Amino acid sequence: MIPPKFDYHRPTSVQEAVQLLQSSPEAKVLAGGHSLIPLMKLRLAAPAAVIDIGRIPDLRGIQALDSGELRIGACTTHHEIATSQAVQRAAPLLAEAAAQIGDRQVRYRGTIGGNLAHADPASDLPAVVVALNATLQAEGPQGSRSIPAAEFFVDLMTTTLQPGEILTQIRVPALGQGTGSCYLKFEHPASGYALCGAAAIVSLNPDGSCAQARLCFNGVSARPVDAAAVAQALVGSDLSDGAIDAAVEDHLRVPDPVGDIHASASYRQELAKALGKRALKAARDRARG
Amino acid sequence: MTHGNGTRGIFGSAIKRREDPKLITGRAKYTDDLQLPGMAYAAILRSPFAHARIRHIDTSQALALEGVLAVFTAQDVEEAGIPGVVPVGWLLPTLKTPAHPILAKDRVRYVGDAVAVVVAEDRYTAHDALEAIQVDYEPLAAVADVRQAVEPGAPAVHEEAPDNVAFTWEIGDREGTDTAFQQAAHVAKLDIVNNRLIPNAMEPRAALADFDPATGELTLYMTTQNPHIHRLLMSLASIGLPEHKIRVVAPEVGGGFGSKIHHYVDEAIVSFASMKLGRPVKWTATRTETYQTDAHGRDHVTTAEMAIDGEGKILGVRVNTYAAMGAYLSTFAPAVPTYLYGTLLSGEYDIPHIYCHVTGVFTHTTPVDAYRGAGRPEATLVIERLVDECAHLAGMDPVELRRRNFVPPDKFPYQTQVALVYDSGNYEAALEKALEKVDYQQFRREQEEARRQGRYLGIGFSTYIEACGLAPSALVGQLGAQAGQWESAVVRVHPTGKVTVYSGSSGHGQGHETTFAQIVAAELGVPYEDVEIVEGDTEAIPHGWGTYGSRSAAVGGSAIATAARRVVDKAKKIAAHLLEAAEEDIVFEDGKFYVKGSPDQAKTLAEVSLQAYLAHNLPKGLEPALEATAFYDPANFVFPFGTHVAIVEVDPETGQVELKRYVAVDDVGNVINPLIVDGQIHGGIAQGVGQALYEGAVYDESGNLVTGTMLDYAVPKAHFLPAFETDRTVTPCPHNPLGVKGVGEAGTIASTAAVVNAVVDALRPFGVTHLNPPVTAEKVWKAIHGA
Amino acid sequence: MGVPIQLEVNGQTVRQEVEPRLLLVHFLRDVLGLTGTKIGCDTSQCGACTVLMDGHAVKSCTVLAVQADGSSITTIEGLAQDGKYHPVQEAFWEAHGLQCGYCTPGMILSVVDLLESHPSPSEAEIREGLEGNLCRCTGYHNIVRAVQIAAEAMGK
Repeated sequence: MIPPKFDYHRPTSVQEAVQLLQSSPEAKVLAGGHSLIPLMKLRLAAPAAVIDIGRIPDLRGIQALDSGELRIGACTTHHEIATSQAVQRAAPLLAEAAAQIGDRQVRYRGTIGGNLAHADPASDLPAVVVALNATLQAEGPQGSRSIPAAEFFVDLMTTTLQPGEILTQIRVPALGQGTGSCYLKFEHPASGYALCGAAAIVSLNPDGSCAQARLCFNGVSARPVDAAAVAQALVGSDLSDGAIDAAVEDHLRVPDPVGDIHASASYRQELAKALGKRALKAARDRARG
Repeated sequence: MTHGNGTRGIFGSAIKRREDPKLITGRAKYTDDLQLPGMAYAAILRSPFAHARIRHIDTSQALALEGVLAVFTAQDVEEAGIPGVVPVGWLLPTLKTPAHPILAKDRVRYVGDAVAVVVAEDRYTAHDALEAIQVDYEPLAAVADVRQAVEPGAPAVHEEAPDNVAFTWEIGDREGTDTAFQQAAHVAKLDIVNNRLIPNAMEPRAALADFDPATGELTLYMTTQNPHIHRLLMSLASIGLPEHKIRVVAPEVGGGFGSKIHHYVDEAIVSFASMKLGRPVKWTATRTETYQTDAHGRDHVTTAEMAIDGEGKILGVRVNTYAAMGAYLSTFAPAVPTYLYGTLLSGEYDIPHIYCHVTGVFTHTTPVDAYRGAGRPEATLVIERLVDECAHLAGMDPVELRRRNFVPPDKFPYQTQVALVYDSGNYEAALEKALEKVDYQQFRREQEEARRQGRYLGIGFSTYIEACGLAPSALVGQLGAQAGQWESAVVRVHPTGKVTVYSGSSGHGQGHETTFAQIVAAELGVPYEDVEIVEGDTEAIPHGWGTYGSRSAAVGGSAIATAARRVVDKAKKIAAHLLEAAEEDIVFEDGKFYVKGSPDQAKTLAEVSLQAYLAHNLPKGLEPALEATAFYDPANFVFPFGTHVAIVEVDPETGQVELKRYVAVDDVGNVINPLIVDGQIHGGIAQGVGQALYEGAVYDESGNLVTGTMLDYAVPKAHFLPAFETDRTVTPCPHNPLGVKGVGEAGTIASTAAVVNAVVDALRPFGVTHLNPPVTAEKVWKAIHGA
Repeated sequence: MGVPIQLEVNGQTVRQEVEPRLLLVHFLRDVLGLTGTKIGCDTSQCGACTVLMDGHAVKSCTVLAVQADGSSITTIEGLAQDGKYHPVQEAFWEAHGLQCGYCTPGMILSVVDLLESHPSPSEAEIREGLEGNLCRCTGYHNIVRAVQIAAEAMGK
């Protein structure tokens, strides 16, 4: 219940934060605190120092470029994302998922950057940023670099962020016309985390057939799962219920499915099938308007 | 109602609770909210091993931390020469009673066993110091599963019970039951695992001990459902102070559900620390600690059989249960799977032969004790599952089979084959009301139609009986209780006619301040606002036994009514004297005394009371003042009953169960406050639904509690539940002065079975005949898909 | 090692030096003596510690006091105005939306926030909206009723 002692720093710029992180490698970065503080309270994390980036103005807010691309500061809260009209317009999948994270109180404090950097595979955003082909901007001693979401998540609670790097921004390309998306979650009744979360995106050709599809999962493996084979199988199809069911049944493979006391690996795969189909169908219906 | 009902209608009225203003404004003070001058904070070091030998404890680094006042271990307790144990309060003839030291001496027996206590100037330092204590453990083999614990060669929890059998117990007629089974047309046989539960009162347990070395008195503020029991056990077994030097106070208490009945080591540890330091010491459990140390509930493994004849009449019930005790015997643990379980196995049914055998088993787990319902939900699940299975085997409607076997209204009092005498009942009336509310026939048609569309609806019934308000004391004494089961009340009318009531009950959310005041206002005919209720302080209140087992209205309320009537009797003598009339000519009505036929010459209770205190003009031989004390010992248990109906829909692709409707028709006797009674039913239902669908404490093979936080153990949330549809029938209790029964546990006793039955009903097309709670989505999915 | 913070709590300006690890809930309870805010768990599930921070419901057990620097906090003690209960407090009393009362302060503040964003919520929205607050006593039935009553009262 009580965090261990730590030194506290509150930088006012990203540059200062990076410098602080460099000078105290044992430090942890604090954004909203909704991943880090619970770990510290259970004494599962005991950083020597905490660098609070929650007040750096550059890290907050949602900007929509003319191209439609969204630029979301890492310290933007789930609530801000879920209720942002810009996000709902350009990447409704992200808003839909953000609205399902934790609970209302958690969404007011938890941030997109904190969530992604924490890389909890049962969280709601990892598969969503992968499905959206988002790019994650990191700032480090060597400067700034862009990381495609698909390459960001390495393993359970592990990302490609290097020591000394801070996640600063999430860039999300806008979904095109004739595209629908859906995020569905089967949550653990206690934690609310995803036993399986399915993020689906479907784009239609003018004739109604499938131009592009994407299906990614949270919760079923140590990192987000991109069911590219399912998506591939759908391209060109009529997106009928039968076509979707068949694509999922025949092509969904979950690599290294996780099993724990909350759900077995085999059940998680079955959930992925059920939710994958439903998410794709809902995305299709939304694409059809 | 009874005589003197001046505030007519207050008994039975749905008035808002008077407790609430302090609760909705945050002014109420719970134990952890209390701050005493010079107060220090305790944190308790707990074993991370389910079973280990303690080789050595090094406290030096902890003691060296700034702000740490002391670290105590078992050695300090021993050197202090205090008894230093927590005792078991219910004995059975075969019971093994190994000692439960307040701090583990050379061996720990479950994850959470208390090893040392740190006392520091502040909360944070105390917690830091826990990590600085070095304990050298030698891990030993552990056993957490109740069936594995009784296998030959299983690691023994206690030397006193090498086979881990804490007790064996039986009830009923073994031979007669075996013979009855030979006549059966159908025998249902189920292997039932009643899942282990974590109580989850929202307020974690806490204790603040304040020992005054100058007077030798200990004041202990704590999260308790029964301060007098805690005082008694603290004095007898834990710290050895004489009882009159211990004051136990229950401040606001944030729920209990049984978990705050029991005497834990923690309140003894902080008391010991306060005695050693001469300062107030406060300890508050973290939620993780409550998960590890609050007595858990249920944890039965049962083989249950029911025999019926060709007409669906029940011939016999045969039950064999292994019940976990955990690592130590908690306060009332042995009573729960015996006298609160085996005695309930007749349900609402006229069953000619019943036999039940129970083995109480030590395991390297958190102790198990009474949790809301305590034994009775376990019995209800056994009986109501068996009835459904019998109906299935006989091809009968489960409702019809129940109807055929109900104890009929003209058969009361009804002697069951398992010791209880049901004093009253009208089971079919409650069933019919429930059937009407759910529109049973229509539901069955919808269910058929839905199945054709690949949707799976199910309906489940639980026609339950409950025995609560344990009684009478002499009987429970014969059964092994080391406690009385009566209740005390003092009704004191002040000179101005205002009233203070002191009750041995000890509410913790039940609304006693409201309902007890309603009782007294009705009895004395005074305004409800003129009655104050005092509970939860051993210094203010005569000995009492507290609030648990749905006893407060039936036993505590009856004590209050009895005392109030004694007050009226005395006041009548004084009124007769003042009015110069014979006592038998005095009428008491609407809070006034008058001579029959002359209501305009009345004396109010306040007028009489003033004279009682002035004592200038009292009848010869009558003592001054106007108050009365009652120690009410009930003649029998009370027997609430009813029908609960759950309607569920199962998602065959995910196994998810949706509770779509929940109908409850309960008979709790006369109702003092319908708002509060309904609230009790709602909460009870939710807890039973939690057991049915979500909750379950899970240990791994090494005895680690893997559902160790609220992230892992699912307490129902609002969106898991529907609005509840409640109704009632009223069959007053025939043997207590108010005609009331109990309501605290009814919902929990009934609902688990109703929901499990509904899920099994939904899954009949898949050939499913039984599922053990919690019926999680994965379990359902596997049942559907034969995985 | 103390960090100076300044914030507004129930309309009062508070200046204090705090240990960086001090949780907001302990700051409120142990430092300011505002014990109406409760602690029911250690994993951010139960919501008993909910307070309003700059108007939004947050779990004060998962916020460091230093993070609250500069913010405005409303606890249950600060909800009633001019001796009048907030309509949500009234509604909880009216509907018997509490029993032991332990979850109640957090529950009430959470509902105040919910009704801010959803002035006339459906029953499903209410139940979803309460997902961050656990109650073990009421089965939520009367809490849902209380929210409905409050929504109606505030809509008038």
